[in-house]
Amino acid sequence: MTLGTVIGFALILIGVWGMLTRSNLIKIIIGFSIIDTGIHLVIVSIGYLPGRTAPIIDGAVDKARAGLEVVDPIPSALVLTAIVIGLAITALMLTYAVGMFREKKSLNIGDYKELKW
Amino acid sequence: MLRRIFAAFAVVLLAMALLPFITEIHPFQELSPVARHYAEKGPDELGGANLVTSVIVTYRGLDTLGEVTVLFIATAGVGFLLRRDERDEEESAAAAGTDESGSAGNSPRPASELLMSGSMLLFPLLMLFGVYIFLHGHLTPGGGFQGGVVIASAMLLVMLSRVSLHLNHTVLGLVESLSGFSYVVIGVVGLVLAGGFLDNRILPLGELGNLLSAGAIPVIYSLVGLKVGTELTNILETMKSEEEL
Repeated sequence: MTLGTVIGFALILIGVWGMLTRSNLIKIIIGFSIIDTGIHLVIVSIGYLPGRTAPIIDGAVDKARAGLEVVDPIPSALVLTAIVIGLAITALMLTYAVGMFREKKSLNIGDYKELKW
Repeated sequence: MLRRIFAAFAVVLLAMALLPFITEIHPFQELSPVARHYAEKGPDELGGANLVTSVIVTYRGLDTLGEVTVLFIATAGVGFLLRRDERDEEESAAAAGTDESGSAGNSPRPASELLMSGSMLLFPLLMLFGVYIFLHGHLTPGGGFQGGVVIASAMLLVMLSRVSLHLNHTVLGLVESLSGFSYVVIGVVGLVLAGGFLDNRILPLGELGNLLSAGAIPVIYSLVGLKVGTELTNILETMKSEEEL
């Protein structure tokens, strides 16, 4: 385990707590973003190898010894994908919030009972 | 109160489910075989100094195409959901007609001198920086997505300082569709001329570390940068015109 993994999981739990206890739609979306950030941190920390450097071949990394000197590039690439998709999903959720507000003039999740069981 | 107890219970359960990931999984000490191949063979195979870019644009280029598609669909969704019905527009026009005296007070206040001058100073620099980031995606940290976001932030600055400005949706849509289309065309050209879909070796690889190296990676990343920049600008523009309702 590394510190990054622990902080990432802590962020996930904080985000879930925020999503479950807040009733303002905007705050629920913020909770989702915190979960998102936590997951990114966990994925990046999985690819981290102690004592190694960024996966870019330049003066600091010898091309022949790259396999021994750089961290795993795949989690970084996956997180880059995840960040962009997280951004798109957040924008879409905010749009839904705008649409819901337009319909009922309320951002309180308790006012929307149509899908409640 | 009961709700908070249930929420706390759910969080504790989730924490217990996540605990084994911390206590029982030990971090790697070596690169996995795939990553090792990317790190050792990548620079020679693809000519890109930034291994993350090589993975994103070429080794897993299809994922990136999917990602760009997700972003496109999200943008389309934002535009669709914030679309104003004709009925709504008639209503707001009628409301504006009956409320002549109030409409003058509703017109947006012009931005302050500080914001205007600041955005005029920063806009060209931000644009240049965005283009720099996506052109150097194969050499330095960054790439099409990051560069596109910087360009969109430059556009956001302009939108903040000139509230009444409306961007030309046709131009935005044209740039976005053309760059997306060229991205797929380059992928197909890779299928014909080189090893597979989105293979970057359709152009000479050049010397490792030069701006004109890594084959088609700078071209693809520039297209992605343009596409992401215009898409995010589109989202911002749609949300801004929603605010003026």
